[in-house]
Amino acid sequence: MNKTWIILKREYLTRVKKKSFIITTLLVPLFFAALMVVPIWLSTRDDKQERRIAVYDESSLFLDQLGEEGYTKYHFIPQSKYDSLKRNLENSEFYAVLYIPANIYTVNSAELLSSRQLPLELSEQIERKLSQIIETDKRSKVIQEAGIPDLEDKLASTKTRININTIKVTATGEQKKSSSIVAFIASYGMGFIIYFFVFMYGSMVMRSVMEEKKNRIVEVIISSVKPFQLMTGKIVGTALVGLTQVAIWIVLGIAALGVVQGFFTPEATREMGQSILESQQQVGPMTPSVPEQSQIAGILESIANLNIPLLIFGFLFYFLGGYLLYSSLMGAIGAAVDNDEDSQQLVFPVTFPLILSIMLLIAISRNPEGAVAFWASIIPLTSPVCMLARLPFSPPAWEILLSMVLLVLTTIGAIWAGAKIYRTGILMYGKKVNLKELIKWLTYRG
Amino acid sequence: MDFFETHGIHKVFGTTHALTDVSITVPEQSIFGLLGPNGAGKTTLIRIINQITAPDKGDVYLAGKKITRDDISNIGYLPEERGLYTKMKIGEQVLYLAKLKGMTHQGAMNNLKYWFKKFDIVSWWDKKVEELSKGMQQKVQFITTVVHKPKLLIFDEPFSGFDPINANLIKQEILELRDKGATIIFSTHNMGTVEDLCDHIALINKSRKILDGPINEVKEDFKSNIFEVSYRGEFEKVEKSLGNSFQVLAHQETEYENSIRIQETDGREKNSLITALLGAAEIRSFKEVIPSMNDVFIKAVEKYNAENKMP
Repeated sequence: MNKTWIILKREYLTRVKKKSFIITTLLVPLFFAALMVVPIWLSTRDDKQERRIAVYDESSLFLDQLGEEGYTKYHFIPQSKYDSLKRNLENSEFYAVLYIPANIYTVNSAELLSSRQLPLELSEQIERKLSQIIETDKRSKVIQEAGIPDLEDKLASTKTRININTIKVTATGEQKKSSSIVAFIASYGMGFIIYFFVFMYGSMVMRSVMEEKKNRIVEVIISSVKPFQLMTGKIVGTALVGLTQVAIWIVLGIAALGVVQGFFTPEATREMGQSILESQQQVGPMTPSVPEQSQIAGILESIANLNIPLLIFGFLFYFLGGYLLYSSLMGAIGAAVDNDEDSQQLVFPVTFPLILSIMLLIAISRNPEGAVAFWASIIPLTSPVCMLARLPFSPPAWEILLSMVLLVLTTIGAIWAGAKIYRTGILMYGKKVNLKELIKWLTYRG
Repeated sequence: MDFFETHGIHKVFGTTHALTDVSITVPEQSIFGLLGPNGAGKTTLIRIINQITAPDKGDVYLAGKKITRDDISNIGYLPEERGLYTKMKIGEQVLYLAKLKGMTHQGAMNNLKYWFKKFDIVSWWDKKVEELSKGMQQKVQFITTVVHKPKLLIFDEPFSGFDPINANLIKQEILELRDKGATIIFSTHNMGTVEDLCDHIALINKSRKILDGPINEVKEDFKSNIFEVSYRGEFEKVEKSLGNSFQVLAHQETEYENSIRIQETDGREKNSLITALLGAAEIRSFKEVIPSMNDVFIKAVEKYNAENKMP
C-alpha cells in the first residue's frame, strides 16, 4: 500500500508539474471562453463601413421608402446613370447598384450588382427591406379591398405561440414540471464529459505505461513493487491529475462568471436583453416572441426537478467505472506493444465502443426508451456514457441496476485481464502482438 | 553456508519450456556466474528470483527461508534491459527508486550521498537523465541497484553496453561489495569476466542446468591431460622419448626455443612424462593446459546438444 502511494505520488506530481499540463489547464478554458465570447463580441460590434448603394428603380414603387439604414445609404439614379454605371462599376463612388425591375411584384426578385464579393448581410438586409415594403403594401391593399373594419388589429390579434409545459407524474402521483430540453442537455453534457475524460486520461495511462516500457525502467520497478501496485498507482494518480484539472477549471469558471457578472450588472443585462428583443422585432413581424419570464422560471424549475442525487451518484459511478474499465485495458495495451503504430492498431477495438456511444447519444436522447438506448446502456463498454445519458429521463430502476452490476463485473474482469497482459507484455520486446496473442497471455501463470 | 538456493524450478510459457528442474546453490559472500547461450533461460530464472514472475513448480530460498515479498528490499537487481525516466531529474529518480525498495527518505539520502561522492557525480543531482551520456546513465543505474545495501545482488549482463572504463569500475565495485558481505549472482556471455570474478558457476542450456560447481573444479573436470612444454633440443629426439602413452598434438620450432603440445592418452602417470623428457632435451617450462571458461562453455554446450538431439 505504501509503495502504491509512492508510485501514485510520483505519477501525480510529474504530470502536474509538466509544462504541458499547466498550459492545457490554463488554455483550454481560455479557448472555450474565446469560442463563446468572440463571436458574440464580434456580432455586437456594428458593421461601421459606410456603403453607398445606387438604386435604379424601374418600378418607381420604392422611391421614397429607401433612405438610410445604419451605414447603408441608398441613392436613386435614372436609367442613363444606371447604364453607364453598369459599364464602369469599379471606379464609381458606389459600393453596389441595386436594380429593381418594373415587374418586381410578380417575379419577386431584384438584382444587386457589384464589382466585388458582397457581404451576405448586405444582401439579406436589402432582401428584408424590399420584402417588408412589398408585404406591407400588399397587405394594406387586401385590407382595403376586404372593407372589414379594424381588420388590421384583428389580424394582429391572431398571432399565436403555444408553449408546451411537460409535466412528469411520479409514481406517487406527484406532478413535476420537466423539460425535455433540460434533460437533453444534461444527458448529452454528462455523456460527453465522461467520454472526454475516459479518452484523455485512459490514453494518458497507456502512454505512461509505454514510456516505462520504452525506457526499459519497468523491470527495475516491478522488481521492487507488484505490477498490480504499479498499475493501481498509475491509474489512480492519473485520475487525480484529471480531477485536479477539472477542479481548476471549475474554480476558473466560477471566477470568470464572477468577473462577467461584475461587468454586466442586472440593469445592463436587462438592457442588453431589451436591445436584442428590439432587434429581433425589427427583423420581421413574424419572428416568434422571446421567452417570457415564466418560461425561464420553468426551465429553472425543471432543472430543480431532475433527480439531482441520482444524477450525481450516477455520474460518479459511471465516471469511475468507465475510467477504471478503459484505463486498465489501455494500460494493458501500452504494456503489450513496443511502438505507437502498434498501439494504434490495438487501441481502436478498445476505444471503438466509446466512440460509438458518443454517436449513439443523440439517438438515445431522442428515444430514451428505444431498443438502441436500452442495449447501449446495458452493455458495459458503452454503458458509462449511454446509461448516464438516459438517467435524466428516469429509466426503470432494474435497468440501472443491471447496467451497474454488469459494469462492475466487467471492470473487475478487465482489471484482471489487464494485469495479466501487463505482466506478460511489459517485459516482452520486439514482438508484434495481436489480439490472439493477448488472449493467449491470459492463460499464463503469474 | 549456502545463502541462496533454488529447488527444482520449472517454468513453461505456452508450449515453450523456459526452465526445467533447475536447482542452484550460491554460497554466502561469493560471486556466482550464471552462464548459458542466448535463450537458455537465464533471464527467466533471474526474474523468478526477483519475484517478477512466479515459477510453475519449485522454490526459492534466501538465507535458508522461502523467499517472500519482504525479501525484495534485500535484493538489488540490475536487469539486462535497463533504463531510467528520461525526463526526471537524477536525484529525484534515484530517491524514488530507493523508496520503492522500502527505504526511508533520510536513509536513502545518506546512502545516495555516499555513492554520488564515490562516483564523483554530485553535480548531476539536478540534471535530467536525457542530458547524460550512456556511460553516465550506467553509473546512475548501478547506484540504484546497490543503494539499499542489498544482501543479494543480481546483475543480468552487467557489462553489456558499458565502456571499458565503466566496466572496470563496476567490476571493482562488485568485488568490493562481495568483500563487504554481499552475495552476487550475475549472468553474462563474457567468459573473460567470469574467470576474473566468479567463484562458482552454473551453466544453463535449453532450459536445463547442465553444469555447476566452483569454477576451478569445473575447469579441472574439463581438462583433457594436455601439457605444454618448451625446450631446447631436437624435436625428433623428444618425440622418440615419449613412448606410446603420449601423443604429440602440435609442435613449433623457433630460433630460440621449441615448444610442443602433448596429450596423455591412457591417463597414467604424469610425472613419467617429465622423466622421459628430461633425458631428451633441456626443459625450459612445463605446464598442464587448463581449459579456459570459454572452452568449457563451448564443450559443455556442444556435448549436451549432441547427446540430446531430437530423434
